[in-house]
Amino acid sequence: MTDTLLEIDHLSVDYETGRGDLKALRDITFDVNKGEIVGIVGESGCGKSTLISSILRLTAPNTRFREGEIRFKGQDLLQSSERHMRDLRGADISIVFQDPMQTHNPVLTIGQQMLDIQHRSKQSKADKLAHAAKMLGAVGIPDPEARLKQYPHEFSGGMRQRIAIAMALMSEPDLLIADEPTTALDATLEVQIIERLQELQREFHCAILFISHHLGVIAELCDRVVVMYAGAVVESGEVREIFHNPKHPYTRRLIECDPGHIKERARVLPTIPGEVPDLANLPGGCIFRDRCDQAMARCATQVPPLDQLKKGHHAACWLNHEEVTT
Amino acid sequence: MSLLNVVDLKTSYGPVNVLAGVSFTVQPGETYALVGESGSGKTTVIRAIAGLAPAQDGSVTFEGQEIRGAPERVMRPLRKDMAMMFQDPVGSLSPRLTIRSLITEPYRIQGMKDKDLDAEAKRLLEMVNLPTHFADRYPYQLSGGQARRVGVARALALEPKLILADEPTAGLDVSVQGELLNLLNDLRERLGLAMVIITHNLSVVRHVADRMGIMYLGRLVEEGTTETIFKDPRHPYTRCLLSANPEPDPDARLERIALKGEPPSLLKRPSGCEFRERCPFAKDICTQTPEWEVDGGHGLRCLAPLS
Repeated sequence: MTDTLLEIDHLSVDYETGRGDLKALRDITFDVNKGEIVGIVGESGCGKSTLISSILRLTAPNTRFREGEIRFKGQDLLQSSERHMRDLRGADISIVFQDPMQTHNPVLTIGQQMLDIQHRSKQSKADKLAHAAKMLGAVGIPDPEARLKQYPHEFSGGMRQRIAIAMALMSEPDLLIADEPTTALDATLEVQIIERLQELQREFHCAILFISHHLGVIAELCDRVVVMYAGAVVESGEVREIFHNPKHPYTRRLIECDPGHIKERARVLPTIPGEVPDLANLPGGCIFRDRCDQAMARCATQVPPLDQLKKGHHAACWLNHEEVTT
Repeated sequence: MSLLNVVDLKTSYGPVNVLAGVSFTVQPGETYALVGESGSGKTTVIRAIAGLAPAQDGSVTFEGQEIRGAPERVMRPLRKDMAMMFQDPVGSLSPRLTIRSLITEPYRIQGMKDKDLDAEAKRLLEMVNLPTHFADRYPYQLSGGQARRVGVARALALEPKLILADEPTAGLDVSVQGELLNLLNDLRERLGLAMVIITHNLSVVRHVADRMGIMYLGRLVEEGTTETIFKDPRHPYTRCLLSANPEPDPDARLERIALKGEPPSLLKRPSGCEFRERCPFAKDICTQTPEWEVDGGHGLRCLAPLS
C-alpha cells in the first residue's frame, strides 16, 4: 500500500441555485500523504469550505457532485454508504472548526462532552474520563482532572480551541481537518495553537489538512501548500517552492499583499484589483485573467491545465507553458 | 492642544476591574494603535471614550472638553467629530435598512435637513470605491469586505476629526485588507483625520500607526512611536507579542519568546508586576509594583526592562 491517505481526484462540485448552477469546485486534484501537513490557502469564496464539507460529506442539500472522486485510504467517499461515513467521521477523520466560542455545548461540562464523543468505545466511564484528562494534559491544559468538571464559559478562547483539538484527536484520527483554527485568536494564542499542533502531529502521526488565509501560519506549519482561487487549484507544491518560487501570478500577488512581508512602513500597500468572478456565470479561459497583470491573448480563450513543472510542483498558468515550450 | 486626552481612565463591571487606569493622548491627524491580547481592555477603552461603555473614574477630554460620563445631550453633537467603526462589519449594519439609509443616517440623526441625501450617498460610496448602485442593496447582499467599506463610509459621512476603529481589518482577505488600509491612509492625508485603531495584527500596526500603546490587563505597559517599539521593545510582554507574529516565509529564523500560562483573572490581579507570573525575564524585584515612567516619549511600566 502506498503512503497516500487522501486523494482528491478531479473533483467538481456545483450548488444548484435559482440563478443556475454555481460551480463551487472545478477539477480539484491533490493528495494528502500519511502524517503530512498540507495547507490550503485562498481568499473568501475560493471553495475551501465546500471542499471540507465534501470530504466529510456534510454538504448542503442543493450540492451536486458532478465529477471526480474523494478517496480516503483508497475508498471513494462519494460512493460510500451513510453508515460508513458515520463510522469515519470523528474516528478516522475529525475536524477543528474556526470559532472556539461556538464549538462546545454551553450547558454541558467539558468532561461530559468528552465522554459523549467516546460513545463507540467499550471502556468504563472511569477509563474514558482518564483518557479525556490525559488528552487535556496533552494540549497543555493545567490540572485536567479538575477542569473536566467545568463548563465552556470558564475557559478562555485559546483554551477552548485547545480543548477542541484535544477532542478531535481523542480517537487518534488518521486525518485532522483544521478549518481556520487560529483566525478567531490573537497572535500569541495563534502561535501557541500552531506549536501545539506541530507537537501533537509528531506524537500522533496524523495527517493535517490545514485551511487558512494567514500566509504566515501556513509558512510556519505546513509541509505542502495548495493555493485555490475561485473554486480551482491554481498552484500546489512544497512550502518552500510556493513561497520562494511561486509559478502562478495569483500566488505571487497573494504573497506580495501580505503586510507581514513588507518590513518598511509603506504608504500604499499592494492589493489585487478587481473582484472574484461570478461562479454561476464563469468567464471562458483562465479564471484569474481579469485581475492578472501578465495576461496574454491565449488566457482569454483557453483554460490553462494544472501542469507538473517539477516533481511535486504544479501550476495552472500559460506563462509556464511559454517557458516549457520555448 | 491634543485632540484627545485620556487620563487614568477606569472601568469596572461590578468586581471586575476591566480598565485599571489608562492614559494616552492623540494629536490632530495622528494614528494611535492599541494592541494587546484578547481581554486586555482595548475595546472597552474606545467604547468608554465614545460614551458607549461606563467609566467610573479618570478623564477624557476631546478638544479640551471633558466628556467622561457626559449625558447623551452633550455627546450627540460631539459624535459629529468622533466616529466609531465597529468590530463586526455586518452585525453593525441594521439588516432592514438599505445601504443608502445606513450611510446617510448620521445626517438625519444630526438634523442636517438641508443635505441632498441621494447625492451624499453617491459621494460616500464613491469615496470608499463601492459602485453607486449599492445604495439600494441590503447588508445581507454584501461581502465582508464590502460591509467594512460601508462602515467606513458611514464613519466618514460627517467628516469627523477622530475615528475610533475596532479591528477594522479582522476577517478580511489580505488583498482586501490592503485596500482598506490604503483607503484609510489616503483619507487621513486628505481630510487630516486622527485615528485610534485597535488590532492584534502587528503587521497592520507597522503600516498605519504613528504611535502605539501595548495593553495588558487593563493598563498600558509600554508606549512609544511605532518605529521605536518595533526596533527597541523594552517591556518583556511587548517583546513576546512582537516575536509571536508568524512570518510569511518558511525559512524565517524565529527567535520566539514563549509566554507562560494563561492571562490571570481580572478578579485576582497578581501582586507586584501583574505580568511577572508569565514573564520569561522576571527578577526578584518584580514582586514590587512598577510605576509608569516616560523617557523621551517612550513610556514603560517595568522594573526589569530589556535593553
